[in-house]
Order: sequence, then structure tokens, then C-alpha cells
Amino acid sequence: MKVAVIKYNSGNVKSVLYALERLGAEAELTDDPQKIRAADRVVFPGQGEAKTAMEYLKERKLDQLIKELKQPFLGVCLGLQLLCEHSEENNTDCLGIFPVKVKRFVPENTQEFKVPHVGWNELENLADDPLVRDLPENPFVYYVHSYYAELSEYTLATTHYIHDFSAILHRDNYWAIQAHPEKSSLTGEKLLSNFLNL
Amino acid sequence: MLTKRIIPCLDIKDGRTVKGVNFVQLRDAGDPVELAKIYSDEGADELVFLDITATVDKRKTLADLVTKVAKAINIPFTVGGGISTVEDVKILLNAGADKISINSAPVHNPKLVDEMAAEFGSQCIVVAIDTRNVDGIDFVHTHGGRKPTLLKTQEWAKEVCDRGAGEILLTSMDHDGTKAGFANEITAEISSMLSIPVIASGGAGAMAHFKDVFTFGKADAALAASIFHFKEIPIPELKSYLKKEGISIRN
Repeated sequence: MKVAVIKYNSGNVKSVLYALERLGAEAELTDDPQKIRAADRVVFPGQGEAKTAMEYLKERKLDQLIKELKQPFLGVCLGLQLLCEHSEENNTDCLGIFPVKVKRFVPENTQEFKVPHVGWNELENLADDPLVRDLPENPFVYYVHSYYAELSEYTLATTHYIHDFSAILHRDNYWAIQAHPEKSSLTGEKLLSNFLNL
Repeated sequence: MLTKRIIPCLDIKDGRTVKGVNFVQLRDAGDPVELAKIYSDEGADELVFLDITATVDKRKTLADLVTKVAKAINIPFTVGGGISTVEDVKILLNAGADKISINSAPVHNPKLVDEMAAEFGSQCIVVAIDTRNVDGIDFVHTHGGRKPTLLKTQEWAKEVCDRGAGEILLTSMDHDGTKAGFANEITAEISSMLSIPVIASGGAGAMAHFKDVFTFGKADAALAASIFHFKEIPIPELKSYLKKEGISIRN
């Protein structure tokens, strides 16, 4: 199974490659449109800042390419946010696969709720979907983020931090997860292997 | 619910773990990758690798080690020790580290925090602060806690937070090695002051100390080394104890 991991100016994407390789996939970090189109699966990773990332994608016309893909596609962390319509992070228009807004966490009590939301938190309200099949009840995944996607009809799982937000989104061939499956121990492995087996 | 994190810390020299470790299942007691894998399987929430190699040419060894660790484990890890430039950070993140931790370098050049946060994002910049109480006032220390600075710990923590640090790793040099418990008072003070997570370090000797630092100390995470290495406190036992005590902990 060939997996294209979209290369753009984002943080630690090596871990995503390594995690896919541990599952036996042939993963390649690439921004070559042909390779991305030809891959069996596409992963859109990301850490970093929304505006810079969108500008980078537009410069290389990767924004158009992403919208045209037909194979199973997985956005991770910033990748999820960029698949949404708009992010409050530097007021950025994003790809719009999910008609969902991305907002910044604003805690009323900053002592109780730190921002960024860092650490292990639960996936809740899991819908019946092949991506989350055979997971334990309320499994823990690892988060590092300051912005979140609002709840929507495309929400496949929620997580509670200050309030509920979209932990996983799904529309057509596009899935997206706010946590880092590549860093989420056995639960993360299961999510990734479910994605490879879609 | 967001859980409190348990973080074992591994000291690394020339690509090998330094402090003796007491794991019977370890084939090679000095192999950080094997130890990391055991901790990860036992339920550690994150790992910290602290490189105490002094020389610059050994940096390559560290980057190679980071790659090996990233290939082997599926939980987040931080790398620290002697990181002083944006280039150092780039090399380690590209090798597969999730976060880096800086300690002395920003004390000498605070702008480093802004530069690193702007380049790589706050989420991967941990600022380690070694603090010691001198006549009732908490001062930042460098060089493994030996060298005092004129910076007051509370003020420095606030400053690095404002400059874009993503987390604070607070080590009390007064408590480190005592096994008498974490420095709950200053940890609580810093944690309440800041909008970013605080990892408490120094003084862990019993399971109750972890409960105390998560409740009285208001810590978001707790780090320890020898008690884990010597199996004085096995991580699975610690986690079930904390859970029973009502602390939010990952299964």
C-alpha cells in the first residue's frame, strides 16, 4: 500500500511516516502532484501556523489538488484545521472540504484550562464509521493544539476540553483527526491501521 | 477529560543512557531505545531525553538517537540538553523529536524563545527552569543548578511564557535528589500564574508525592528519573494508585 504524506512547511512529520511504516505501509513524504494523485492513501499532517501553511499550499497549487483527490484522505492536527472553511488563527481562509469554522480555545478560568490543550484526552460519542471501528470505549489520544473545529454534522467523534469540539471529521473520502494518531500509542495505531484498511 | 501526565526522564551521554537502570528485561542497560520502548509499553505518557554530552561533535549521535527513538515508539518525546540555536532545534525536530527543551541558552539570550516559537511553533518549545530558594527568594539557576542568576523564577517563567514557550519544565534544585516530594508551593504558584502547562520535576520518592504535586502543586505533568529507572515505583502501579485517588489519568 502506497501512502503519500503531503510535504509542506510543517513541524515534525517524520513521526507520521514512521508510524505508517511500522504498520507496513510504504510511506513517502512528497509534494509531487503525480505521486500524490497515484497514491492509495493520502495523509495531510501538520503542526504549525494556519496562514503560512495555506500560503505555502497555494503557491504550489496543492490546495486545488487536495480538493480533487478521490482516494481515502486523512488530515491530522493542523491538517484537520486546514480542511475546514476558515480558521481564527490569523483570520485564514482554508480549504473548505468541511463547512466548519476553526476557533481558538478561550477559557474563562485560565487556571483550570491551559491553552494549548496539551496531553491525553478521550474520544467520545464515536459514530459508526470504519475509521473508528474496534476502538476501546472512550480511548485516549494525544493532543497539542490551541484551535479547534466546531461541532458539525460531519463530526465523527468529540473530545471535551472547556467544551466539546470535533475530534474527528468525515465527509466523503476525507477524514480528519485533531489529535496525533502517530503519537497516540495503541489507539493511534488502530486509527491509522483502520485508515489503511478503509 | 484531559489527564495528568507521567514522564520518565532518561539521561543520555554519547547516545547511551547514563544512570544505572534496574530493568531485568533490558538486554542492554545502556540502550535508550529499548528503555524508551519499555516505558512506552508500561504506560508512560511522554518521555524526556536529556543529553549531557558536552562536545559539539557528539550532536550527530544525538540526532541519530532521536531518529531511532522516533522509529521505535508511539508516544511523544522531548529532547533537551545543550540546545542553544535555532539550527540545533531544526536538526532534532527533523530527526523526529516532538518537542525540544531549552534551559541555559535563553537565560543568556531570551529572544531565542521568540525565535524558536516563531520558527517551529510554541507547541514544541519547552523551557526548562532550574530554581533554587536563596534566603526566601526563588532564583533561576543554570549549569545543572550550580550557577545562580539574578533572575527571579516567577518573573522568568512569566517572561518565557509571554515570549512563546509552550510548556515549562520546572525543576526544584532544593528538592532534586531528596526523594522528599516535589516543590508543591512554587509549582502551584507558577502554574496558577501561567496560561501554559507546567511539568514538575525534582523530589519524587513516593506515589503520594505525585498525587500531591497534581493537587496542591497544580502541576499538569510530573517528571522523574531514578525512581522509575530503579523500579522503586513501577509506572503501572503509580497510575492505578493515582486513578484510585481521583486523579485524572490515562489508562
